Amino acid sequence: MYAAPFEYHLPTTVAEALGLLEKFGDEAKLLSGSQSLVPLMKLRLATPGHVVDLRKVPGLSGVTESGGTVVIGAMTTHYEVGSSPLVRTKLPMMAEAAGQIGDTQVRNLGTIGGSLAHADPSADWPAVLAALDASVRIASSRGERNVKVEELIVGPLTTVLAPGEILLQVRVPLPAGRYGGAYEKLPHPASRFAIVGAAAEVFLDPGGKVSNSRIALTGIASKVTRAGYVEQALLGKAPDPAAIKSAAARAAQGIEVRADLTGSAEYKANLAAVYTERAVKRAVSRALER
Amino acid sequence: MNITVQVNGVSETRSVEPRVLLVHFLRENLGLTGTHVGCDTSQCGACTVLLDGAAVKSCSLFAVQADGRKVTTIEGLSTDGKLHAMQQAFWDQHGLQCGFCTPGMIVSACHLLERNPNPSEAEIREGLEGNLCRCTGYANIVKAVQQAARAG
Ligand SMILES: Cc1cc2nc3c(=O)[nH]c(=O)nc-3n(C[C@H](O)[C@H](O)[C@H](O)COP(=O)(O)OP(=O)(O)OC[C@H]3O[C@@H](n4cnc5c(N)ncnc54)[C@H](O)[C@@H]3O)c2cc1C
Ligand code: FES
Ligand code: FES
Repeated sequence: MYAAPFEYHLPTTVAEALGLLEKFGDEAKLLSGSQSLVPLMKLRLATPGHVVDLRKVPGLSGVTESGGTVVIGAMTTHYEVGSSPLVRTKLPMMAEAAGQIGDTQVRNLGTIGGSLAHADPSADWPAVLAALDASVRIASSRGERNVKVEELIVGPLTTVLAPGEILLQVRVPLPAGRYGGAYEKLPHPASRFAIVGAAAEVFLDPGGKVSNSRIALTGIASKVTRAGYVEQALLGKAPDPAAIKSAAARAAQGIEVRADLTGSAEYKANLAAVYTERAVKRAVSRALER
Repeated sequence: MNITVQVNGVSETRSVEPRVLLVHFLRENLGLTGTHVGCDTSQCGACTVLLDGAAVKSCSLFAVQADGRKVTTIEGLSTDGKLHAMQQAFWDQHGLQCGFCTPGMIVSACHLLERNPNPSEAEIREGLEGNLCRCTGYANIVKAVQQAARAG
């Protein structure tokens, strides 16, 4: 299958890339790991006249820590995120999610920024990064801005990114205190996208009760969604198995669960409860190890 | 546009349209038909090659994205007419039947051992998740990778 003809651009600075976006407007598409855009172009569901490949723009990949924040370049591949020693020790939930995206070949090319910009409602990063309260740094010709991942994605394949904007970094604040995170996913047997994925970050007070939690679900709604009722139900409780089970049972409450080819809304709501329970249990045991 | 790609150690310069996929560049421009097209939808892994040493599906990126980089295909594995240890292992263990998936499978398997020289059976199966085989049922593929791992 051949994509429709297009002109290929290889800028070497962010400013040059922004200039190309400015010049070609709606006609231009950024290219990162190509694992979503190229398949869409081959199916001619995307027919950009200009493709702006970011691979020669320096400074867009790698994982670093600065002032309590883990900064991940938008072009960092899923493999690089998952194998980063910093991520593996400080944000194990991210490492375990990275290793479950697609397959080896997809992880070698696909990038964290491309995944967020693409905003597939069954993608893994949106849930994990929403649970971690992460933000993205975005550049345009007018300057830079930060947006929370939860606010970045507004619907299926839809974000608040304007045509002239480039996602530069993902910024994950390192949680403080006694915390643990875990990601649990039921992968689609063919594509590996999440039929349901639950990401949980749980904080415990000195007495061992839940002082805060952030739980985010992918695969069940039109975009990544927080399981607010579970978070409320856990608050102030000792996280024993019974309390976790009864809180997790409310995972889909208040969420407009979307049926799709992988299952009915009822099935997905049930899976959300099961996977939330597993994620919270493991997050709590990680918090207790701290 | 003109691109130069180092394919199996040889520097190849060709003029290609930007929309030409890496797999078509290899097969049609360079005549390296060992790399197969199975699904053409980035699922099956038959088109797997190494790009700067990492396994990628060559139907999932454009040839222009490989400009200035190194590509290794199945044709680049044997040396002096002698099969690569992984190719020999697939032969010895009957790791193929129709052979359609084999080039991609072997390239992926080499990449797997590069990252993890001593994989468990589960790690082999997981590492080859991006490569589908309609014939073998995978058991002999796993045995072949184990043989190649033992051969070092
Ligand atoms: C077989 C297969 C299985 C997969 N399984 C999973 C899975 O299990 N879970 C999962 O989450 N994902 C999965 N994916 C998707 C994969 O994670 C992609 O890598 C990801 O969705 C897109 O990232 P990319 O770097 O490839 O982006 P590209 O395909 O290059 O781009 C995607 C979109 O993002 C835009 N974009 C890219 N970079 C930027 C930037 N810096 N700023 C602004 N916009 C940008 C592009 O213009 C394009 O619209 C799978 C893909 C395949 C092919
Ligand atoms: S032909 Fe490339 S993945 Fe199937
Ligand atoms: S040997 Fe026939 S597809 Fe694998």
